[in-house]
Amino acid sequence: MKILVAVKRVVDYNVKVRVKADNSGVDLANVKMSMNPFCEIAVEEAVRLKEKGVATEIVVVSIGPSTAQEQLRTALALGADRAILVESAEDLTSLAVAKLLKAVVDKEQPQLVILGKQAIDSDNNQTGQMLAALSGYGQGTFASKVEVSGDSVSVTREIDGGAQTVSLKLPAIVTTDLRLNEPRYASLPNIMKAKKKPLEVLTPDALGVSTASTNKTLKVEAPAARSAGIKVKSVAELVEKLKNEAKVI
Amino acid sequence: MTILVIAEHENGAVAPATLNTVAAAAKIGGDIHVLVAGQNVGGVAESAAKIAGVGKVLVADNAAYAHQLPENVAPLVAELGKGYSHVLAPATSNGKNILPRVAALLDVDQISEIIAVESADTFKRPIYAGNAIATVQSNAAVKVITVRATGFDAVAAEGGSAAVEAVAAAHDAGKSAFVGEELAKSDRPELTAAKIVVSGGRGMQNGDNFKHLYALADKLGAAVGASRAAVDAGFVPNDMQVGQTGKIVAPQLYIAVGISGAIQHLAGMKDSKVIVAINKDEEAPIFQIADYGLVADLFEAVPELEKLV
Repeated sequence: MKILVAVKRVVDYNVKVRVKADNSGVDLANVKMSMNPFCEIAVEEAVRLKEKGVATEIVVVSIGPSTAQEQLRTALALGADRAILVESAEDLTSLAVAKLLKAVVDKEQPQLVILGKQAIDSDNNQTGQMLAALSGYGQGTFASKVEVSGDSVSVTREIDGGAQTVSLKLPAIVTTDLRLNEPRYASLPNIMKAKKKPLEVLTPDALGVSTASTNKTLKVEAPAARSAGIKVKSVAELVEKLKNEAKVI
Repeated sequence: MTILVIAEHENGAVAPATLNTVAAAAKIGGDIHVLVAGQNVGGVAESAAKIAGVGKVLVADNAAYAHQLPENVAPLVAELGKGYSHVLAPATSNGKNILPRVAALLDVDQISEIIAVESADTFKRPIYAGNAIATVQSNAAVKVITVRATGFDAVAAEGGSAAVEAVAAAHDAGKSAFVGEELAKSDRPELTAAKIVVSGGRGMQNGDNFKHLYALADKLGAAVGASRAAVDAGFVPNDMQVGQTGKIVAPQLYIAVGISGAIQHLAGMKDSKVIVAINKDEEAPIFQIADYGLVADLFEAVPELEKLV
């Protein structure tokens, strides 16, 4: 079967971001960008399903600026067969991204779509669920285990109190949680080979999708800083401070 | 303005996060209705009717809504939601699973994990793992929002007397089925609701050593949490994880033991009132946000702390 994987170009998770002085957003100029960590897990899961003989083709898709081609090439080096970039310079909301992905799903007709559970920039945790709603498919969110059998997929999900297993009819949407797998690294020969794999560039207009939004970000601020604390010398002093100064025990 | 709050419930009781969500709804202003969807949820509806400030409770009692499968619950919420100005749910794993599906069905953008209400259409929410706070305005006909429980003080669970009304609509998409679940058992307070949280990280070295934290926690009446490093190393189950990808807590006192303080962990606990760090590495980033830091070997400090409190 064909698997579609969505990946997002985001600021690298090790970067400590700075808010712009004019409060218009976060300063992303000259900051290291990477594939969103949850998307790496999604690519890895697709590649593993191909290695097991479950999947026959992996199509990786990204929606964003032309520089997102770098992340698509990374996914190709990890084992995806071909890539699609829906190029848009705008800052798109999750709903707009879900609508664009729906158009790609209609075109490609995959049996399984794997996304990360959330992007570490917007922290929205919406796109997979929205894509599932728009395409009318079942959704297996926050997946820690995925098993395809026949025309259904069994997904073990991480929930607040533990784990839950659901069975979904294919085609279905799965979003990855951290414990689903440990992503591999791309080898140099595979990075070279990935340069020759096909990468198609589309636009929202070509897909006939409007990316208008009902949300507007008015400003972005730095969070309130915590005032500096003190170092105590002993456990006894710590207990004394907690009892008499902070009064929390 | 009328606001629909999706109740979170488990084992026949209203989950505490629902009370924080009703508090957020009260800040927006207007009538508050609560939807209880599930199977055999008559008792939940009765307790939801007692929540202070709730005007009406809608009950959708149907086998299709058991286990809160989003393929079935989301169409119900979307259908009901059309008649409301706001649809709110707690940002629990259930809320996060269902609500974006509702928003897409209503063709509106969702606002995730709000921590403050500025006005009826403007909200604050953390982005970039809590390293920036965005103020977002929505002009959607129905504003679909998840609420971070630690951002709002819970309303009283008693004192209200709302009318309970049954909802007949039954949606069964037939796309998904519940197979089973495995819940971690714990006698200690729930992590997200505890006044004191004691958390261990990679410095605990193994799962067995968490017994020191359990002993301390029992003496303090605290919940026990963990960093992602401790969970990934298999020391403890993942529902104990505090962080951007785990649970967000904001207790009165947070004691971080053997935790370095990675950005992903701080995103889950930096709104705690008082933070204590016990770590033998005095350069650990956790000391930059800790109110009280103790540079010491945790295997000596924790048992001593347990004796003294």
